[in-house]
Amino acid sequence: MTTLALTGSPLWYASRAGGTLALVLLTATVVLGIASGGRAAPRRTGRFGIGLLHRDLSLLTLVFLVVHVVTAVLDPFARLGWAVSVVPFGASYRPLWLGLGTAALDLLLAVLLTSALRLRLGVRRWKAVHRLAYAAWPLALFHGVGSGTDTRLPLQLWLYAGCLAAVVAAVWWRLAKAGPGRVAARLLAATAATAVPVVLGAFLAAGPLQPGWAQSAAAAALPLGGGR
Amino acid sequence: MNRTRHLRVDRISCTGQGLCAELLPELIDLDEWGYPVLKDRTVPGHLRAHARRAVAACPRLALRTDRDRP
Repeated sequence: MTTLALTGSPLWYASRAGGTLALVLLTATVVLGIASGGRAAPRRTGRFGIGLLHRDLSLLTLVFLVVHVVTAVLDPFARLGWAVSVVPFGASYRPLWLGLGTAALDLLLAVLLTSALRLRLGVRRWKAVHRLAYAAWPLALFHGVGSGTDTRLPLQLWLYAGCLAAVVAAVWWRLAKAGPGRVAARLLAATAATAVPVVLGAFLAAGPLQPGWAQSAAAAALPLGGGR
Repeated sequence: MNRTRHLRVDRISCTGQGLCAELLPELIDLDEWGYPVLKDRTVPGHLRAHARRAVAACPRLALRTDRDRP
């Protein structure tokens, strides 16, 4: 365990802890969703229990996301402003890496809203939006790795590795159990499950683990002009 | 207010995940491929909450309750 000097306000610590917990919970939700969505049924427990756990974990994720966002906005150091919590890539503080988190939050809010209304929307529209969660998870991961103050801590790196391994394992498990058909979807899932770890590893080696990352993270903005 | 409700299975959407029979075994059986067979379409008053839960649990939204039509 690395010892840290306590610098910064308690809000900043709460925000980091909330964000990390939200990532872990989101990972658990995604893993359950991937693993239970296929044809394989659990042997010792009911399927409805898995479904309820998936729902409850997702709601808990949102609770910690709210803590993460509110404490980050209230923190006097970064001076983010409330617009940052919904409008991605507009922050003055690490615009690109913070924007990924905002984009993930927006996607998860869309998933929440459509899930609440799914009986009215119908399965097709609900499912189409629900798949956005698959995009939200890597966005959240790269947000954590890119903007995270704690990325260099060995424990935090192990945590990211664990989250990644869990989701990749769930994808491969589902692919192994999947039947024929839907070749394009299965190829896409396999490609994504291979690409995300590779890109993350390369990104970590090139970016956050190099000295001077804080400066380049602060400067990184989208070419279309986020940040100030 | 207190109209009876009837279960309906959308056979095209249903993929036989079987959550409905786990939650509402009083009214739903599974056939040998895991697809639901309704024992009784009418939902009695004391099972209404269970029926609602089963409808909410269906991952394909293939189980519904109708209010009026028999």
